[in-house]
Amino acid sequence: MSEDWQSYVRRIEELAQRSGLTFHPVDFEAVPDSFMMEIAVYGLPVRMPHWSFGVRYIYQLVQRHMGHSRLFEVVFPGNPGHAYLAESNGLAENILVTAHVLGHADFSRNNLLFRRCQEQVSQRIVEHAANHARQISQAIETYGAQRVEAVLDAALALEQHVDIDQPLRREPYPQYLEEAKALVDDVFRKRFAALDPAAAGSAIESKKRAPVPPHPERDLLWFVANYAPEMESWERDIFLAVREESFYFYPVFATQIMNEGWASYWHARLLREADFVPQQAYLDAIKCHSDVVRPIAAEQQVALSINPYHLGFAMWEKIVATSGLEAARHIMEQDDDFGFVRNHLTRELAEELGLFRFSARSDGQIKVLEQDLNALHEAVLAPKYNFGAPIVTAAKMRNDGTLELLHDTSVDGRGLDLERSRKVLDYLQKVWRRPLVLTTINQAGSALELTAP
Amino acid sequence: MDGDGGKRSDKSDAAKWYELFSRGARDWLRHDEKVREAVRANLPEIIAGGDVINDGARTVRVPVRMLEHYHFRLRRAEESQGAGQGKAKPGDVFSDPSKERGPGEKGSGGREEGEVQLLLEFKVDDIVDWLWEEMQLPNLKARTGPSDESDWIREGWDRRGARSRLDRRRSFKELVKRRGAPGATPTFTDDDLRFRQLARRRQPAVHAVVFFMLDVSGSMSDRDRKLAKTFFFWVVQGLRREYRSLETVFVAHTTEAWEFNEPEFFQVSGSGGTVASTGLSKVREIIDARYNPGRCNIYLFYASDGDNSVSDAQEARTCLASITADACYTGYVEVSSGLSRQLATETGKLFAELSGAGCAAGSYALNDFDDVWGAVRHFFSADGAAPKPGEGKSSGDP
Repeated sequence: MSEDWQSYVRRIEELAQRSGLTFHPVDFEAVPDSFMMEIAVYGLPVRMPHWSFGVRYIYQLVQRHMGHSRLFEVVFPGNPGHAYLAESNGLAENILVTAHVLGHADFSRNNLLFRRCQEQVSQRIVEHAANHARQISQAIETYGAQRVEAVLDAALALEQHVDIDQPLRREPYPQYLEEAKALVDDVFRKRFAALDPAAAGSAIESKKRAPVPPHPERDLLWFVANYAPEMESWERDIFLAVREESFYFYPVFATQIMNEGWASYWHARLLREADFVPQQAYLDAIKCHSDVVRPIAAEQQVALSINPYHLGFAMWEKIVATSGLEAARHIMEQDDDFGFVRNHLTRELAEELGLFRFSARSDGQIKVLEQDLNALHEAVLAPKYNFGAPIVTAAKMRNDGTLELLHDTSVDGRGLDLERSRKVLDYLQKVWRRPLVLTTINQAGSALELTAP
Repeated sequence: MDGDGGKRSDKSDAAKWYELFSRGARDWLRHDEKVREAVRANLPEIIAGGDVINDGARTVRVPVRMLEHYHFRLRRAEESQGAGQGKAKPGDVFSDPSKERGPGEKGSGGREEGEVQLLLEFKVDDIVDWLWEEMQLPNLKARTGPSDESDWIREGWDRRGARSRLDRRRSFKELVKRRGAPGATPTFTDDDLRFRQLARRRQPAVHAVVFFMLDVSGSMSDRDRKLAKTFFFWVVQGLRREYRSLETVFVAHTTEAWEFNEPEFFQVSGSGGTVASTGLSKVREIIDARYNPGRCNIYLFYASDGDNSVSDAQEARTCLASITADACYTGYVEVSSGLSRQLATETGKLFAELSGAGCAAGSYALNDFDDVWGAVRHFFSADGAAPKPGEGKSSGDP
């Protein structure tokens, strides 16, 4: 049986290559369901220990017990890529999943955002994360679980706060302000300098130290790792390890609709074209496909969230049908979800799919709003801005080492959750070791300062 | 369709590491450990709630929420926008259906929020240990002085004795010693035999009885009784640390007094006035009938709102004095719902007099569940060690 599945892998790969997919080789491995669940919880097969993963693990267990989630595969991009398949998958599911994985592999090799992040992080994220995990276990041995946990509490709380537009290995800020441009050497200046040589010379001497940070810094993990006044080097390493993993997670997060849609499009198409798949397995696989990409649970009329598999799948079908595969591949290479949804989720498609915008009151009442394509785009994309986190920047470091954090309220228009923010400041304070001030706004919209300690 | 694609090939391999070790379970345990730490840190508040005490049970169940690892998040908006899909027209209004997800949908890492409540079970003994550690309470001193308790213990050897007490090892040693001498008989003789001897040894008093006396007159509300119950519960736990066997006696009184068993005791509610001396003489009666002060450490804790009838003062004073003479400690908690004249009541005065006279007695005003800890701390440190100045809200101790 397993031989069968393996031989299908090769044939599906050949078919995919004939269809124009280009991907790095993928290692397939069938693993127990329990391990699949852990991969989903941790996001990586081997990752640093932290109690917050334990919390997710419990939720995942509960969900699984209620039959809500079933994992078929998890794939990690790279060269070679790694795909983990659930041992409980049947032959049909494995065939479908193999095709799906190849769709992901094609996407992660060709999409520019993925390529850039992989160039930064390396193509071996699985091994890197395992190294981080080992490095952290060593730190636990040397410094004790409690100290390491305190560092991880802070680092993982800030995991979304990276600046993906900066390189992974960033240069520190320049130490001095750029010198004023050399003055134009005209006749007047010459004569002026001749009057008092001392005055002319002093301009060159005044090399000014640049403030830290020179501009509001979004990359909090990097900033803390580099500029925390009293952090030890192993603590900085943990911050940088978490940051590196965030760089890996970002493209997965920011292209979810495209990526899952692309993989779903290709598993459906490859399956249609795979004449070597037995009839029964084909039917089972199609059934499985329709379960995965269906927008709404069977017993419900409406869904208040959008299934990215379904949305992406429908959009790619439409794009390939109207503009051809070549254009679709081009879009796949260039876009992330923001461009993809804004440019290609058309009014007709939105109507066809029955997408709508709603407002939810805190008492649970839902009201469907009038149609407005741009607003719909924003409603779909809103949870994805800035890695799904509010924008908090490091604005200033005072002379005594006090760090001023600033919540950029102009983007999201409402203040931070105060209780949670206080807790995050408490985490951070343990590694920053100097006072922290966070400015946000209160309910009425006026500025509010949180401090720690 | 055969459902084990890929399974068999792995079976031949050596067990994979992930079959032997679950990181999820490891981090889950760490989470639970953190919950326990958090619970432990807030123990007095959590347990003072009173609801967590099961009668007679040796464990306490504390409902706790899952910990959250905090991130920066926006404040919850009164009205938020989202995108959905399905048969809905603009202007439709409906209530949020259950946020179930389709069964075929893949999990996205379990970040969704669903309330999962844990019910952690703590051993009462552990909690008491933590509390005593936390509050640095001294252990109660057992009553010094002789007790009538005695026990047989082994003490020495003799050449005569009952066959059953023959110490073979010892006897053989004697034989070996004797054979060393010239011309000795090589077999056992009667002189070689050694028998273990027993002696009577007086035991320190390890038994204790604690009397809980509760005023159930009309002026005591349910809340007052619950306060008293919570306090009594922790007193029992504290005393159990010290005594191998601890008996409890429950006496309730209004203008009369009755002895109850534990479950009934806390259900009782009476009506009418308060005559403390009836309860106190009931306690006296029980001591005389069942407990010998020479053998037993006697404790009395009395909870009342303090409204003793004025005409009873003299008699109550006499009864109390006689009990205090035999008891290791008598304590009075005044459960009054935030009255200003704390411990200035009739009963309060009685106890103040006693402790003023140097007897082992104290009092404490219990207004709220938060005060239970203060009360426990007050009584235990007052009895076990020299009272510290400025301790608690006490007015009983100088």
